[in-house]
Amino acid sequence: MTHRYQNVYIENYSTVCGPYEADGPLRKNFDKIHQDLYCQEDSWEKAEVHYLKDSLKILLEKSSLEKEDIDMVISGDLMNQITASCYASLFLNAPFLGIYSACATSIEGILIGSTYIDSGKIKNCITACSSHNLSSEKQFRNPTEYGAPKPKTATFTATGGASLFLSNKKSKIKVESGTIGRMIDFDQTDPLHMGAVMAPGAADTIYQHLKDMNRTPDDYDLILTGDLGLYGKEILKEYMMKTYKIDLSKNYNDCGCMLYNYETQKEVNAGGSGPVCSALVNYSTILKGLENGTYKRVLLVATGALFSPTAVFQKEHILAIAHAVSLEATK
Amino acid sequence: MKNKKYEAIVEKHKPEEKRVQHAGIAFLTGGILGLCGELLLEGYTHLFDLSRSEATVYMLVTFIFLASLFTALGFFDKMVSFARCGLLIPITGFAHSMTSAAIEYRKEGPVYGVGSNLFKLAGTVILYGVVSAWFFGMIRYLLEMGG
Repeated sequence: MTHRYQNVYIENYSTVCGPYEADGPLRKNFDKIHQDLYCQEDSWEKAEVHYLKDSLKILLEKSSLEKEDIDMVISGDLMNQITASCYASLFLNAPFLGIYSACATSIEGILIGSTYIDSGKIKNCITACSSHNLSSEKQFRNPTEYGAPKPKTATFTATGGASLFLSNKKSKIKVESGTIGRMIDFDQTDPLHMGAVMAPGAADTIYQHLKDMNRTPDDYDLILTGDLGLYGKEILKEYMMKTYKIDLSKNYNDCGCMLYNYETQKEVNAGGSGPVCSALVNYSTILKGLENGTYKRVLLVATGALFSPTAVFQKEHILAIAHAVSLEATK
Repeated sequence: MKNKKYEAIVEKHKPEEKRVQHAGIAFLTGGILGLCGELLLEGYTHLFDLSRSEATVYMLVTFIFLASLFTALGFFDKMVSFARCGLLIPITGFAHSMTSAAIEYRKEGPVYGVGSNLFKLAGTVILYGVVSAWFFGMIRYLLEMGG
């Protein structure tokens, strides 16, 4: 399902990241870096709240916004009960929608916000997301100090908070259209190979988007998936070619492969993941590229593996979803 | 039913794990740990004039203490990432699993945090350790009755 938006623009954005992301190639693009994974808090969960709250505060500052000016806040993260989003948004005292589609959360937020703005019901909204490497490890895997060895296909949850200010006032970046993804089950059961879980989700959404908009990949300067990682990226390219005869070899990349330096950061294995992984790359680098004319039109496809440890232990497959938005530089 | 075409693509792009290298490192580190245990055992029997079974307890306690200490100091997880099963299979892995869980859940308090999560990883080892000990004990008992 693809919608066109007439009147939705990205006015501002902010990114806050942790030490691992700061060691990556995009260091200079982030608004704030916290070298301390605890952020002076006393637990990983509180630290994640801190990251997200910082990104919201920076967004307010950058766009000289007062809290009263915000019509709506849409936010999500990986924690149970989307705890980080709830606690971080408290100080904004604005109408709040909490969302979850794992690592596709950032784009889900943009889709919902854009629909509200385009319908004229609200004038602006903030969409945000966060994740924390160690709060995720604690919740989904083992205690953080356990350090269980991981295979090369495993991804590394990014740490940080990222937010976006959407508005109906014309700016340099227009949210042109968006595609809501579907639940995809390709019988994948390995939580340490999320790339293989999510690639079919990304493929389905990209195909639907191109079909609905009657476009080809060449109509975009860049197509970016969220966090497929080194191996998921290759799987997607081959699967797209074989199933839909769509060639992604020219202008396609993956945010998970862009956030870290593979040479020096061996601990990331296949690459970055988590809701904030694609948001950090998109908001810090791709949006700037749209503003300064590097790109004219990009397709952002955030990919989420809807991984529930309980469901997997009960022998269920891991489901995937991908949402897409197309952004354009305004003339 | 699996989508065979897709599975083939996934398999094609799966990286090779260095299994031989990992096994070799685990074998060597595990072996070195065993050697250290034997040296400690000999040392304790001679230094404190203990029987071998008493000295075994002292040796195990030493390993448990060191593994827990190194976990708390924050570098045992890095050693585990390198040595893998060489450190996880011996008693050090057991101590490490409990200490790391205790550290992780200390903020949720002594009851709902540490208390209910301490055996999160180690519980499985204890349960199946006891079950298999009983099982093999029974086999031995039956064999001795027969013999």
